[in-house]
Amino acid sequence: MSDEKQMLEDLSQQDYKWGFVTAIDADTVPPGLNEDVIRFISAQKNEPEWLLAFRLKAYAHWLTLEEPTWQKVTFPPVDYQAISYYSAPKQQKKLDSLDEVDPELLDTYEKLGIPLTEQKRLAGVAVDAVFDSVSVATTHQDKLAAMGVIFMPISEAVQKHPDLVRKYLGKVVPYTDNYYAALNSAVFTDGSFVYIPKGLKCPLELSTYFRINAENTGQFERTLIVADDASYVSYLEGCTAPKRDENQLHAAVVELFAHDDASIKYSTVQNWYPGDKDGKGGIYNFVTKRGLCAGDRSHISWTQVETGSAITWKYPSCVLKGDDSVGEFYSVALTTKHQQADTGTKMIHLGKRTRSTIVSKGISAGKADQTYRGLVKMGKGAESARNFTQCDSMLLGDRCGAHTFPYIESQNASAQVEHEATTTRIGDDQIFYCNQRGIETEDAVSMIVGGFCREVFKELPMEFAVEAQKLLSVSLEGSVG
Amino acid sequence: MLTIRNLHAAVEGKEILKGIDLEIKPGEVHAIMGPNGSGKSTLSQVLAGNGNFEVTEGEILYKGSDLGELAVEERAREGIFLAFQYPVEIPGFSNAEFLRAAVNAHRKHRGESELDAFDFADFAKRKIELLDLDPKLMTRSVNAGFSGGEKKRNECLQMTLLEPTFAILDETDSGLDIDALKIVAKGVNSLRAPDRSFLIITHYQRLLEYVVPDYVHVLAAGRIVKSGGKELALELEDKGYGWLGAEFAEAVPGGGEG
Repeated sequence: MSDEKQMLEDLSQQDYKWGFVTAIDADTVPPGLNEDVIRFISAQKNEPEWLLAFRLKAYAHWLTLEEPTWQKVTFPPVDYQAISYYSAPKQQKKLDSLDEVDPELLDTYEKLGIPLTEQKRLAGVAVDAVFDSVSVATTHQDKLAAMGVIFMPISEAVQKHPDLVRKYLGKVVPYTDNYYAALNSAVFTDGSFVYIPKGLKCPLELSTYFRINAENTGQFERTLIVADDASYVSYLEGCTAPKRDENQLHAAVVELFAHDDASIKYSTVQNWYPGDKDGKGGIYNFVTKRGLCAGDRSHISWTQVETGSAITWKYPSCVLKGDDSVGEFYSVALTTKHQQADTGTKMIHLGKRTRSTIVSKGISAGKADQTYRGLVKMGKGAESARNFTQCDSMLLGDRCGAHTFPYIESQNASAQVEHEATTTRIGDDQIFYCNQRGIETEDAVSMIVGGFCREVFKELPMEFAVEAQKLLSVSLEGSVG
Repeated sequence: MLTIRNLHAAVEGKEILKGIDLEIKPGEVHAIMGPNGSGKSTLSQVLAGNGNFEVTEGEILYKGSDLGELAVEERAREGIFLAFQYPVEIPGFSNAEFLRAAVNAHRKHRGESELDAFDFADFAKRKIELLDLDPKLMTRSVNAGFSGGEKKRNECLQMTLLEPTFAILDETDSGLDIDALKIVAKGVNSLRAPDRSFLIITHYQRLLEYVVPDYVHVLAAGRIVKSGGKELALELEDKGYGWLGAEFAEAVPGGGEG
């Protein structure tokens, strides 16, 4: 029906609602990357010698690598010498309370609805807000510290808990892992560090909100979460970005390490600027996320809702090394306008009776192109291991694309791998039915897509699920009919 | 309430309705019967505003205004309700939330405050009991995995929740056993009011025993070929369509129903 096509057109032209820029002076190094820049970053952060050595080794390795080209995305070459690798808000002194935070900064968070202030903060959520590359405020520290939980910017952890950081940094994602991981290892500026002591079920959901701000500054976050024996933690990551004209590179590394009987739940709601209706601007999100179920009966669960970025290249993965360990990946990825996403997961089964579940829901609208790429590998020792993969795509309109590339490698005959995949469209009949009940087309689409994603949303912590649904609706306003 | 004048409508270029005239006054219940392919469902889709059907000639006046000016959702909020012959499924989306969104869209249109989940649950509870529905249907996905009877009763539930001024039931009785049929009839009868009208499309006289119409029309080959009182339905049941003219010689009420 031509009316609906027209509506599709109209809706997909809507602009990013949350694009605005905060005017704060940033202390930025000149663009370019060399050993001196790395030494500068390390010195700024007063880092120990071993960390500088780690960075320099990573940099030397990065120089030997080529950008990967196997992913199904296209973009102009990134000029790594045009990126500034360090930027910090000028107010560098230590803050005792939120009152000392630049009001303009707080205002920015409020616009995004980020629960940073005491009034705004969601009950039970400790927030470590990252503004550009340096953490400016941390809440709930005392309460968490009393329980033995360490939750702080990784730069601070390097100072206060150097042995712990040194023990785990780069153990799950070595700097040799891939091009972007090597780059991140060389130049990462900040991020979060979490350590949950033995036997503790962390009662608070730990939350970090990222926000890319300073113009022309690459973002290289580094997150490291360690769950000791029989502990549990739920970690939330969320972000939106202000409007920009030029592309911004984001190459984060997230490492999760689970000991015996430990459980880590990592949830992401991601809404980086996807670019305008012509595909100009927008974030390049080249992220390496991996969890190691090192211990027996350990459990790592990734849940992600991705609506942003011009280009997404991301495969949150689990290495199931411990016997009876469990890996899960629940994903909703929405691409509209000219967004491109090549995303999925890797489940590497090494231990006996290891189990993994993959549920991927991809929604593609406008002229967007989306690829699910997943690897399930059953190693020689993966006796009686099992995987179940469900991979569903939904197409809105007739100019978008959805692709599925499942890779299965099995070296153990007793292992079982199941893969199910579907592709659907939103039906005219569904829209008509909703309209006939008085429901606007936009709301109808939001319902139908929400229903499609429910299996994933129900894995998110409650407040996050509400936020994700809202985000999906806002993003869809730009895309369908 | 509703005036249809010389209505012609086509789907994919093929004319289905070939000049319908019909006047429905407030409080009246009209039944439309007729053999398969006569245009009964097309009429209901055109009234609801389905964009796949094109009005090529004639007009429809609803409450004195040209219905063709209104979008599907505007017609709905102005009180036109269609109980679908084949209710559509929305997997993963809860029936309760769907019904609440529909009710709130109507309330908003009337300038009333929207119901939150708790108020809506209270509001819906009585209607669910009236229709003898399993309350669990509310937590399941919209129509997904519902039996045929459950789907039809869910349509009826929506009708009683939305309290339309003009309700069209498109073969709501098809495929229902006698108990389910009685429940549907109860839903319709509970809504009968001096300012509310119904158009009941059916193959069978059966439903009309429980929902007694004021008028019965026979639709054939895109035209209303005969109109009468409730006794016409019984006559059709008795004699089939053949006595209405040679062109119906083959047609039997309820025959070839699919």
